[in-house]
Amino acid sequence: MSAHAQPVGTPSAKNRAKDRGFVIGLLLCVGVSILLLGVLLVDIVADGAGNLTWNFITSFSSINADQSGIQAAFWGTIWLMGVCALFIVPVGVATAVYLEEYADETRWYNRFIELNIQNLAAVPSIVYGILGLAFLVRGPLSLGPVILAGGLTLGLLVLPVVIVASREAIRAVPPSIREGSMALGATQWQTIWRQVLPASIPGIATGVILALARAIGETAPLIVIGAATFIAFNPEGLDSAFTAMPIQIFDWITRPSNDVNDYRPLAAAGILLLMIMLLVMNSVAIWLRNRYEQKW
Amino acid sequence: MLAAFISVLTTTLIVISLIEETISFFGEVGIGDYLFGTEWAPLFEPASFGVLPLVLGTLVVSAVAMLVAVPLGLAAAIYLAEYARPAVRKIIKPTLEVLAGVPTIVFGYFALTFFTPEILRAILGSDVAIFNGLSAGIIIGFLIVPTVASISEDSMTAVPQSLREGSFGLGASKLQTTMRVVFPAALSGIVASVVLGFSRAVGETMVVVIAAGLSPQWGVNVLQPMETMTAFIASTAKGDIATGTIAYKTIFAVGTTLFVITLIMNLISIRFVRKYRQVYE
Amino acid sequence: MADRVTEHDEQRTEETEQRGLTQPLELRSAHGDSSVPAVDGMPEAERRPREAIFSLDDVMVSYNRKPAVRGVTFDIGKNEITALIGPSGCGKSTLIRCLNRMNDLIPGAKVEGKVLYHGQDLYDSAVDAVEVRKRIGMVFQKPNPFPKSIYDNIAFGPRVLGMKGNMDELVEQALTHAVLWDEVKDRLKTNAFGMSGGQQQRLCIARCLAVEPDVILMDEPCSALDPISTGKIEDLMLNLKNEYSIVIVTHNMQQAARVSDRTAFFTVELSETEERTGRVVEIDDTEKIFTNPSDPRTEAYVTGKVG
Repeated sequence: MSAHAQPVGTPSAKNRAKDRGFVIGLLLCVGVSILLLGVLLVDIVADGAGNLTWNFITSFSSINADQSGIQAAFWGTIWLMGVCALFIVPVGVATAVYLEEYADETRWYNRFIELNIQNLAAVPSIVYGILGLAFLVRGPLSLGPVILAGGLTLGLLVLPVVIVASREAIRAVPPSIREGSMALGATQWQTIWRQVLPASIPGIATGVILALARAIGETAPLIVIGAATFIAFNPEGLDSAFTAMPIQIFDWITRPSNDVNDYRPLAAAGILLLMIMLLVMNSVAIWLRNRYEQKW
Repeated sequence: MLAAFISVLTTTLIVISLIEETISFFGEVGIGDYLFGTEWAPLFEPASFGVLPLVLGTLVVSAVAMLVAVPLGLAAAIYLAEYARPAVRKIIKPTLEVLAGVPTIVFGYFALTFFTPEILRAILGSDVAIFNGLSAGIIIGFLIVPTVASISEDSMTAVPQSLREGSFGLGASKLQTTMRVVFPAALSGIVASVVLGFSRAVGETMVVVIAAGLSPQWGVNVLQPMETMTAFIASTAKGDIATGTIAYKTIFAVGTTLFVITLIMNLISIRFVRKYRQVYE
Repeated sequence: MADRVTEHDEQRTEETEQRGLTQPLELRSAHGDSSVPAVDGMPEAERRPREAIFSLDDVMVSYNRKPAVRGVTFDIGKNEITALIGPSGCGKSTLIRCLNRMNDLIPGAKVEGKVLYHGQDLYDSAVDAVEVRKRIGMVFQKPNPFPKSIYDNIAFGPRVLGMKGNMDELVEQALTHAVLWDEVKDRLKTNAFGMSGGQQQRLCIARCLAVEPDVILMDEPCSALDPISTGKIEDLMLNLKNEYSIVIVTHNMQQAARVSDRTAFFTVELSETEERTGRVVEIDDTEKIFTNPSDPRTEAYVTGKVG
């Protein structure tokens, strides 16, 4: 054992400097990310705020930049979200119910389904577009580049989000609730339908909103399916050709601007509108989560 | 039960749709030419179908993205897991979530209209083309930071406190404990996050379509335009192409390549995530 | 005094050997007299160790302003094993963590009073907790080896503390000291998790020894282990005593009786507001605590009537 002659507790200056330097370095990195987000948001607002007028929202797209608006794209997006929601809610919830309540985890096919969902969640969105193109727009179903095809494609894309969120919501319901119901003589299905699902609704709703928030900003799959960019009418039905906000924005960004017609500000305004819609959706989701968070 | 099969169906359909057309594609173009050719000009006369420029473009842009995402993402993860006070967490975590929620087209707009002209050109001068791989890569890096950060943070927080106590008990400093005990212990989760991030970078479309240009480059000059696999698919599909033409089939061939690459990376990532969950008995 | 010694000498020597104590008890009876009840139930002339390494004076630890243990005043002796015993919740672990400033890691923890180590105030603002822990090591209740190889576990401390020397030798020395070398010398590069619980705990002790501390604190080191491993570690403690000073928290009275030189008995007090706070009731030579304690509460505990 060594003799400790000096008083204890005085660190070397080098070590202290290292510690401090490390934390500063970490904070700088975090700061850079936050800074970029800030600059991005400021840039969007600066570019787009001036152009986000009522005129903008109510006009259709046109060659004349100052007469151009986002109305067709806006309603296209709304319709798409509607179709998407109508698809993902039943399918997503049913899948989640199956996996949580009925499926035996040890069976290989159930594990395969889970692995499958995990994979699908990470497939690039453009591949979903290819899928939609090959099967929904052309190929077997041949729906054409219409709202139904677009909505379903987006639905398939965000389905994993709904499944995961619904599973967590269902899992959070304690077994005692289920046992109580079964003990009264209810069947498993009745228990699920009348006890478990109602209790999970806030969690499921949050998941659906988050899924839609993701879908609303997706551009690549819609490009591949064939969403149009120069549409001057609102969707008239599921079989109507359509455009969507991201598509319209994309078109404005990539159209060459000249002195007569500058499309960039239109793109910025469109983005701003899109971000506002996202903000609203996320806020609703957070509010839902907080309001209905149940402590069992 | 039926509903669950939709997810299986989806994968099957993806695979089938890709394979069917790809096979047909290879009926007209030799696999060797495709896989090893270095010139990609499918729509020209005479057409050439070497996919390597696209793959290279994807890899270069993704590599740039990782050079940004890994340090920034890991720094955020380490800070949040080991150092941040609750008040600071409340600011940083939502910021990362916002970053994760911004649509990629917005990043594309930002890259083209702000980042390239105002930042890259200001620093590197006019050598930088208006469409270039560097801008796209850096911006993609930022948009992946939340992915790397959140999974890495989770895996670091999962390291039991008893290990930190053991390290502190020996007289190690916080820096030493964090980097020599916690970080290595969380390594598989961290690797999983990086692989997943890379997979996302590979699959990213809008940023590259808007900011990186549509001319394939058989080289690594990031200051010039480079076309990625995703950009090619998007731009080709945009024009109305008749089913059955060679151009139509290229969409599927490149799509398959893309799918296979990301599938492999995703499986690797899932394997690593499972590993980190099992380390502590 | 010399006369008394001759008669009992042989007997005492035998007992001494059995217990592994280095001091015959006889000498100690020269200091002060016993059983004078005093303020706070502590015998006034408590037998002080020959050389104190820690000196605690009215130490109180609170978590988020609720006191967990208070009024702790005693000395801890050099090259001795001091045991802290008492029922659960009486603050023994809290107190031992004060000695190497591990409570600093718990938000809301506050330490008041004086904790002197070699005469220096551990909680002085100029003192860095990290440096403190280089001299005062700790072994925890549940063995906590790092998920690294056995070699790297031991080498971690010296590397991180910048100790010079041949690492292979350092590792071998530490493992030998902890009576683990023979068992693992052929598999130094394997993962530490592959060892049994008892081996892991000895590994943790070896890891602690590798940084050459002055003091080793042990917080219920054997409570997660089987009796055979426990026995091995107790033997180890008795050997280590020659070079290090050891403080051990244990809820196993027989263990305290077997290994320690001095024992402090803690208890829980209920205040009017139903708050539970720990206090030291009595601290003395182990033999006395167990055979002739001064305080009735101590007696009740060690004879098994309570706790």
